[in-house]
Amino acid sequence: MAPNISPLVILIASIFTSNMILSNFLGMCSYLSVSTEYKTANGLGMAVTLVLVLTTAINWPIYTYLIVPSNLFYLQYIIFIMVIAATVQILEMGMDRYTPDLHAKLGIFLPLITVNCAILGVILFMVIRNYSFVQALLFSFGSGLGWWLAINMLAAIREKLATTKLPPGVKGPALAFIVTGIMAMAFIGFSGIFTIQ
Amino acid sequence: MNFSVILTTVGILAAVSAGLSVIISVADAVLNNYGTCQLDINNGEKLLSVKGGSSLLSLLASEKIFIPSACGGKATCGLCKVGVLEGGGPLLLTEEPYISLEERKQHIRLSCQVKVKTDMKLRIPEELFNIKEFLCELVEVEDMTYDIKRLRLKLPAGESIKFKAGQFVQFYSKPYGKVREEAFRAYSISSKASETDHLELLIRLVPNGIVTTYVHTALQVGDTVRLSGPYGDFYLRGDCEELVMIAGGSGLAPIRSLVYDVIEKGLPHKMRFFFGANTMRDLYYMEEFTQIERDYPQFKFIPCLARPAPEDNWQGVTGFVTVALEEQVADSVSKEAYLCGSPGMLDACIKILKTKGFTDETIFYDKF
Repeated sequence: MAPNISPLVILIASIFTSNMILSNFLGMCSYLSVSTEYKTANGLGMAVTLVLVLTTAINWPIYTYLIVPSNLFYLQYIIFIMVIAATVQILEMGMDRYTPDLHAKLGIFLPLITVNCAILGVILFMVIRNYSFVQALLFSFGSGLGWWLAINMLAAIREKLATTKLPPGVKGPALAFIVTGIMAMAFIGFSGIFTIQ
Repeated sequence: MNFSVILTTVGILAAVSAGLSVIISVADAVLNNYGTCQLDINNGEKLLSVKGGSSLLSLLASEKIFIPSACGGKATCGLCKVGVLEGGGPLLLTEEPYISLEERKQHIRLSCQVKVKTDMKLRIPEELFNIKEFLCELVEVEDMTYDIKRLRLKLPAGESIKFKAGQFVQFYSKPYGKVREEAFRAYSISSKASETDHLELLIRLVPNGIVTTYVHTALQVGDTVRLSGPYGDFYLRGDCEELVMIAGGSGLAPIRSLVYDVIEKGLPHKMRFFFGANTMRDLYYMEEFTQIERDYPQFKFIPCLARPAPEDNWQGVTGFVTVALEEQVADSVSKEAYLCGSPGMLDACIKILKTKGFTDETIFYDKF
């Protein structure tokens, strides 16, 4: 049974109170490595959101109509991953063909996203929490927006920090971790609104 | 463990993978099918019809136009630059680090990153058209010194190579012994540019070198050797009266070709060729260069031995090339310098040349 939560609540909650990066710490690798420049961070955030919604929309029916009826739970991870990889591959070809400008911006991030654990994470949350299709879709969209928001914030802060005088010990990734920690603490302030589990 | 569980797992996984592969193949055939595209190179000089959907670099290579590339199309070497005037789409993030602002204005792109999707207008430097692949026959091998071999290669019947004296070719070795993969290295052409049906290379045995060991131990007269070329911007400029040439070891190869080029074309340049070696047993082509010196007064040959053995009875310059250079080249007035040799030797020589007034515009070198 799908939980009785309004999809809109899930959308808002997945952006703020259970943010993929700042409260679940998923997708950290590309979050830290592609956040030195605002422009590219923005591109990656957009691509992650797009892929999240698309792969969730494909994996939900596969889970519900293939994995559950045939009792194949032990195969779900590998099937999810294969579907994600194939989707990204086809998405890249399609974008290259129909939206070359967007492809020029996002093209190099797409293969990177295949192995972004936030993508698999969202799908596994969807499975654990028994979301309905609409709930899953809004959850993935919200999670994408939350990820996008977090990487944009970090990139903006890091751009500012690039021209700041810093003690040598905290330069680079160290400071990115500290900044992320402070951002995560700030996001705890949202948790009073509502929580989803 | 239940046997049927294993079978179901394998079966389902195979079915899902097969399903996804079919979908991807169909998507590839539909989405990646750009039909036939026309490539117009250098304003109609060459018109090619190719099947779109692949990178410009690989499509040009399939049409026998070889754009130099060291990384094989991964956008990490930045060598495969061509001008794309029309049909290239926007500059990609992967290209940005390699294309300067000046080059952006000239529509320079990395051909490994540009995908051919429509008709395109290209600008490719003239000399790249000359780059071809040859399957040559090794007709002669000669030991020039204890560690340098001269290879004479015969081009396939009816084919010819047009190169500027001083340029190099890429030499592909085959798997041998413990080496299981093909490798390639660049070697300068030592034969005359006027001879277009044969090539000569001078190859020194580098300890543990994959290709040089192949040449020195595995290669036999009569074998087929794959080459591509010519490449490189080490060739005669000649806006001067005198050429100062400096070589060490197998660096003699391009200089020999240059000297013959000047002589055969009847150019008026004075030439001074400093050839650096350690002892007598490292010297080669001595008679030939001494003969040229006798026949053509414009050419001076100055071999230098750094550590001549007592039994060598060495009469010439003793010491490093740099010593001879310091003594015999007074200034840089109307002179150009051409250097080929090891990085250590070249750097030392360039330093001396610069104190004499030579600049980056009048020093040309090929380091190996």
